[in-house]
Amino acid sequence: MSLLDKLDAVAATRKALLPEDVEVFGTPVDAVYSSTEAKIGDRRILFLGTNNYLGLTFAPECLQAAHAAIDSEGTGTTGSRMANGSYSGHRALERELADFYRCHSCIVFTTGYQANLATISGLAGAGDVVLIDGDSHASIYDGCRLSGAEIIRFRHNDMVDLEKRLRRLGERSSSTLIIVEGIYSMLGDRAPLADVVKLKNAYNSTLLLDEAHSLGVLGTTGQGLVEETGLIEEVDFITGTFSKSLGGIGGYCVSKHPQLDQLRYVSRPYIFTASPTPATIASTRAALKLLREGSELRRQLWRNVHQLYSRLDELGYDLGPEPSPVIAAILKTPQQALALWKGLLDHGIYVNLVLPPATPEGNSLVRCSVSAVHSSEQLDYVGKAFAELREAISQ
Amino acid sequence: MAIDYTDVLQKLCLHLEQFAGPGVVITPETDLINQLAIDSVKLLNLIMEIEDEFDISVPINALADVQTVHELATLVHQIKSAK
Repeated sequence: MSLLDKLDAVAATRKALLPEDVEVFGTPVDAVYSSTEAKIGDRRILFLGTNNYLGLTFAPECLQAAHAAIDSEGTGTTGSRMANGSYSGHRALERELADFYRCHSCIVFTTGYQANLATISGLAGAGDVVLIDGDSHASIYDGCRLSGAEIIRFRHNDMVDLEKRLRRLGERSSSTLIIVEGIYSMLGDRAPLADVVKLKNAYNSTLLLDEAHSLGVLGTTGQGLVEETGLIEEVDFITGTFSKSLGGIGGYCVSKHPQLDQLRYVSRPYIFTASPTPATIASTRAALKLLREGSELRRQLWRNVHQLYSRLDELGYDLGPEPSPVIAAILKTPQQALALWKGLLDHGIYVNLVLPPATPEGNSLVRCSVSAVHSSEQLDYVGKAFAELREAISQ
Repeated sequence: MAIDYTDVLQKLCLHLEQFAGPGVVITPETDLINQLAIDSVKLLNLIMEIEDEFDISVPINALADVQTVHELATLVHQIKSAK
């Protein structure tokens, strides 16, 4: 099969499954009105498929900081962090994140995806082992591949399975990086961090926790699962992203280990890319301040989560195992999921459609992401739409 | 405990039967993707079953070179023998 034939096969699969009248993936958004509303085609829609958990994308403090940074430092750095791309803002954000986590070191990366690529491939290498949850995000899989280490999966959130695999490694468990996530992006469930830490300590391994979906969402000050569980001292490396609760784009790694700084010299995804724009850094710094002080935003977010999760549960939808800002309706077939997704869009609601092979257990997901700035009325409307569509997708 | 290649192959074939359509006979030359339609997700789930059966861990990286039943049996045998 030629290179182009392979792409033709992808096109054929896509055409067989997806409707031609609407772009399910990469849906064109024609205008954005607020953190929760936008225009798709000729209609106003409710955004319920973004990761804007605290609704900060239009926070005046963030907008003002970004405008000021563009005016004073220009539109881009046009260079790597290793060369000319480490402005005072980049370094200040690293200090502020290290202070936020009360950690020794922090590195800021251009995207959250690159944060995992850079951290994992900088830490592990040939001869080492990475032990990852089966439901890990693609950035974790790709970081592991880039590292050249042996990649071993354990069953999602299954601590018996994790221990079995650590035991099989024997002495190699001490050169093993275990990777789990604060909140998993597909079903919205959390890693059993206390149990993971016990095993990590028992087998003398190293632990990386990805807080991409839990930053700003869990913990009193929004640090994530480490704060909610009080286990920050037990986690070796924490990665996260600016593109969810912080409303921008970029990523970070913080650590109690001063050796983290050496990643700047060995990690290709850090070295060989341009650094984040001044506007991105400035809005992220402003957003981080709001996130740290945002306990009321977090309370509102969780009120919204419980409102929608309990409504969909009452309606009989099969949901992820626990309430979280990621609320996934699990459908048995891609056709059912597609019908629900399309029906919601017809009701003026945009959510995420996730189909195999990107999903756990080969299920199909209609994934809602709740924000602190969704109103109760908006979520009531979403509940009514799900209720109207329940019967149609059962057939 | 030592295990020979033939034992591994026989046990693997039992796991692979679930993927064999009517009239498909599994042999060492059977292609996992083209004849048994085992896609990437099915393969990862199958590997977890095999790991439990043989009490081994199979690195995902090693699967890139596996196309046939024989190649999978050889990989499992190598990992089991190295323990």
